[in-house]
Order: sequence, then structure tokens, then C-alpha cells
Amino acid sequence: MIKRLKLICICCFILIINFSLSTANNQQFQIDKISKNLRCLICQGQSVYDSQSDFAVSLKLLINQKINDGKTEKEIYEFLKNKYGEWIVYDPEFNSSTFLLWGIPLILFIFGGLLIIRKVFIN
Amino acid sequence: MSKKIIYSLILLLFIFSFLVLFKSLNKVNIYIPENIFEKKLTNFETKDLFSNRIVNVYDNLSNKDFTVLNIWSSWCLPCRVEHPYLMKLKKNENLNMIGLNYKDKYENAINFLNNYKNPYSLILVDLDGVISIELGAYGVPETFIINNKKKIIIKKFIGPINDDKIEEILSIIK
Repeated sequence: MIKRLKLICICCFILIINFSLSTANNQQFQIDKISKNLRCLICQGQSVYDSQSDFAVSLKLLINQKINDGKTEKEIYEFLKNKYGEWIVYDPEFNSSTFLLWGIPLILFIFGGLLIIRKVFIN
Repeated sequence: MSKKIIYSLILLLFIFSFLVLFKSLNKVNIYIPENIFEKKLTNFETKDLFSNRIVNVYDNLSNKDFTVLNIWSSWCLPCRVEHPYLMKLKKNENLNMIGLNYKDKYENAINFLNNYKNPYSLILVDLDGVISIELGAYGVPETFIINNKKKIIIKKFIGPINDDKIEEILSIIK
């Protein structure tokens, strides 16, 4: 009986440890994911994830805090865009200053497609 | 004939691309966030450097019209350069001066203040740099001009304060 009780206790302990580790890993995964999508303002050209500047280190701590406060990934991006501008995210929104960035590949794709269709029809 | 047109078009495209890239070689491409803010000041709580008690920034904006919130650190050289200008600003009766001590050691911060004098009426501590990011800063020194009644950041100055920036601050708080 005592042996069984011991076994149950050990199983419960392992389960609790496992659960707490998995949630911690989950949170770290979330921080990494968000910080990979952010540009570092000090080491420009590096992501916040890659950078070890004071700014990037603090920003990762802030992301952790925001996740603990229950903020979603989108809310965190919005917060940072509000503070530092659109530039901080690697995924630019479609607006008047970025329409060429989004539009040119699409135009080239359509143009290329038309060229191929024309060539096929002529042949 | 059509081949000639295609070749000249390719050549023109090549020259155009070359010129664009060549011109970009000399262009400084460092992003600086915009400094005209008009954004709500995020309320935060942190320790007071001297008393070590937790204080709330909204409660400490005082009854003066404006607050200058200056992010500084004892290890930051430009902070020493701007220090005399902060002492000048301190004399203005319309201004409340708050310092945010960024990623610093207590002893070093106190030594800095003893050596250069204290321009602030309150010094808050930002040990891990998170509060500075909440404010929208990305380094030291940075200075924020806050409208106390509306609790709005009117403008921020990146880098050390100088004569030109002082003039700008004074024109804002007139």
C-alpha cells in the first residue's frame, strides 16, 4: 500500500514538473517568436532576438511581462508600433508608403504570367 | 528593330539600377523614431532612488504645468555633457524635473549626483530598462516633455540636451 502511494506521489511530482517546464518553454517560444519579428533599433539590421544590445535585452523582458499580463502577440506588436513606429516590425502593413513594396511583386507576377500565356498561345 | 528596342530597354534598366544603387551607397540609412509624440504617458510604478519606496509617476507630475523626464545613467558620457543644461532647466519655475536612472548601480548614481549636483526633484529607478521602453525610449540620454494636466508626452529629445534643444523646450512650455 505504501509502495503504491509512493509511486503515485512520484508520478504526480513528475507530472507537475513536466507541466511547469512545458509552460515555461511555451512562454520562451512565444518570446522568441515575437522578438524574431522585431528589428533592433540599436543594432539595425539585426532582429531583437539576435541582438544583445541593452535595448534588445530590455525589450525581451518587456515582451515577457506583456505575455504575463495576458497580451496577445498582435497587441504587443501594436504597442511597439505605437511607441517606435512601423519600422520596428519586419512585417510592414499595406499603406500609402508601402504600396509599391507589396504591389511590384504582384505586378511582375501578373506581367510574367501574361507573357507566358501569350507565348503559349502564339506557339 | 524590335531586338534593338529590347536591348536599349535592358541597357536603360541597367543604368537606372546602377544609378539608384550608387546613390544609395552614400545615403545614411539609420532609422530614428519620430520625436513629435503627442502620445499618452504610460503610468508606471517604480522605486525612488533615495527613499527606495515605490512611487507612481502620475502622482508625481506635480502641480506645475510641465515635466521634463530625463533618462540618465552615471556610466553614460553624453549624460555628463548635458548635465549643465539640465541644471539650467531646473531654474525654470514652470518645470518639474524627474530623472529616470537607467540600468545603473546605486553607489555610482549617488556619486554622479554628488559630483555634478542634482537637477531633479525626483529620481526614479529603471534597473532592467523596461520602463524606458514603456516610455518609447531606446537609449540614454533621452528627454521627454510632458504636459502634466493632460498626461501627454509632447515631445522627446534623443541624445544630450544642448542650447538649441533648451530653446525648443522653453518655446514649448511658454
